[in-house]
Amino acid sequence: MIEIKNLSKRFGSFVAVDDVSFQVGRGEVLGFLGPNGAGKSTTMKMATGFLAPSSGEVRICGLDMLGDPMRAKEKIGYVPEGAPAYPDMTPQEFLEFVGSVRGLAGDAKRARVEEVMKLVHLESHRHRPIEKLSKGFKRRVGLAQAILHDPEVLIMDEPTDGLDPNQKHEVRKLIKSMAPNKAIVLSTHILEEVKAVCTRVIIVNRGKIVFDGTPADFEARAPRGTSEPAMDVVFRSLTTSDAAKA
Amino acid sequence: MRNVTAILRRELAGYFFTPVAYVFLVIFLWLAGWFTLFLGQLYERRQADLEPFFTFVPWLYLFLLPAIAMRLWSEERRNGTIELLMTLPVSIGQAVTGKFLAAWLFAGCALVLTLPLVITVNYLGDPDNGVILAGYLGAFLMAGGYLAIGACISSVTKNQVIAFVLAVVACLLLMLAGFKPVMDLVPERWAIVTEALAAIGLLTHFESISKGVVDLRDVLYFLTLIAFCLFANAVILEQKKAD
Ligand SMILES: Nc1ncnc2c1ncn2[C@@H]1O[C@H](COP(=O)(O)OP(=O)(O)OP(=O)(O)O)[C@@H](O)[C@H]1O
Ligand SMILES: [Mg+2]
Repeated sequence: MIEIKNLSKRFGSFVAVDDVSFQVGRGEVLGFLGPNGAGKSTTMKMATGFLAPSSGEVRICGLDMLGDPMRAKEKIGYVPEGAPAYPDMTPQEFLEFVGSVRGLAGDAKRARVEEVMKLVHLESHRHRPIEKLSKGFKRRVGLAQAILHDPEVLIMDEPTDGLDPNQKHEVRKLIKSMAPNKAIVLSTHILEEVKAVCTRVIIVNRGKIVFDGTPADFEARAPRGTSEPAMDVVFRSLTTSDAAKA
Repeated sequence: MRNVTAILRRELAGYFFTPVAYVFLVIFLWLAGWFTLFLGQLYERRQADLEPFFTFVPWLYLFLLPAIAMRLWSEERRNGTIELLMTLPVSIGQAVTGKFLAAWLFAGCALVLTLPLVITVNYLGDPDNGVILAGYLGAFLMAGGYLAIGACISSVTKNQVIAFVLAVVACLLLMLAGFKPVMDLVPERWAIVTEALAAIGLLTHFESISKGVVDLRDVLYFLTLIAFCLFANAVILEQKKAD
């Protein structure tokens, strides 16, 4: 449902994303990993239509993001990095605003906002201005906003960043429960998260894909007998050896 | 349309969530009243009209409206919500229109709140209410022009202070182009220059409307100015929404 073909982004002479291609189908949860500055957020910004690619193609449920952005965007729920939201609004007002833009109205909108607030445990803070919420609650507002219209494609940039262990667990549970009907991409710096929720892993380094496979394949690449968690070792070998060569 | 309304409502509510609205309204009403009643010597002139009000309004707007417009896009950039807005199924045109209309409506509310001045002059004398109505129309159109310039400039920077200063300068230049003392500086044989300045100058058009002559050309001038600035606003956003 997500098709990314030969996607590149250059900022001046700097290549942030370099010829990235992948597809994500219904039921897949793709973990998008890579060191800081690897190009994860940039790729997601192009996939969601915020950034125009320097070259390449993005298709969402068959709709071309460049040719038919409005309809393609309807299919996507997106949590941008840092989960931005209007600071002077309350979660309730904010979600109702997003609901209106997403085409919900009246009782249906109210009911859906209610439902989503329950899903991310936001009810207790519904009337507090977003700027006064803690980081974890802000993140939940961002998540709620993204799933409000029950999108077929869910793209989340570090959705569990800043959440406490209980909330991380809740969010992972939520992602897993939604997974069967959606195509999900999430970026993270937490390698255990990959094992916990992802069905597939892509590692990017310096804008290029250096690994694409299942979490089990990923872990299996570790040499035997290291005391460190296997994934950490593989991640490091994939993202630093390449950097040394370049 | 649905998107424009949703954005308009959010933006308008945004004015009232923050102290901006109240500070703006209080200052605007206080200065408007003060200029009209005392500086304009409404009582001493023994003439019941709102001419002093409409003489001062362009100058009042010059500083107050850029303050309303500066947050429109700068704030969106600073909060990072521009990424959210631009990935919702909303076109740039809808977002630009919704935000601008919210600011314009807000400025309209401020104008409506000066109605006590109209009541006062009607109580004191027998003014030509048609002229007053034309003046209000002119002021509202002029507010739209200033706000569109301010909105366009605020889409360039995330720094609200820079947005404010640039907008004041831009509005001032446009205003001075039609300001009599400036026009008098132009040597007489350059009549073409004077005419050109008068044609683009904001004051010329505002003054002719506020004298009670609602000429379609003056109305069109303001509508064109608004449309042009909003178009530029959309183009700028499209080009550099992610910077
Ligand atoms: N607007 C921009 N102009 C210039 N360079 C940019 C711009 N946006 C991103 N970059 C650069 O592109 C590279 C990739 O950035 P990106 O935000 O995609 O990294 P990331 O993988 O999300 O990193 P992190 O894990 O820190 O979030 C970085 O080197 C960044 O400095
Ligand atoms: Mg990032």
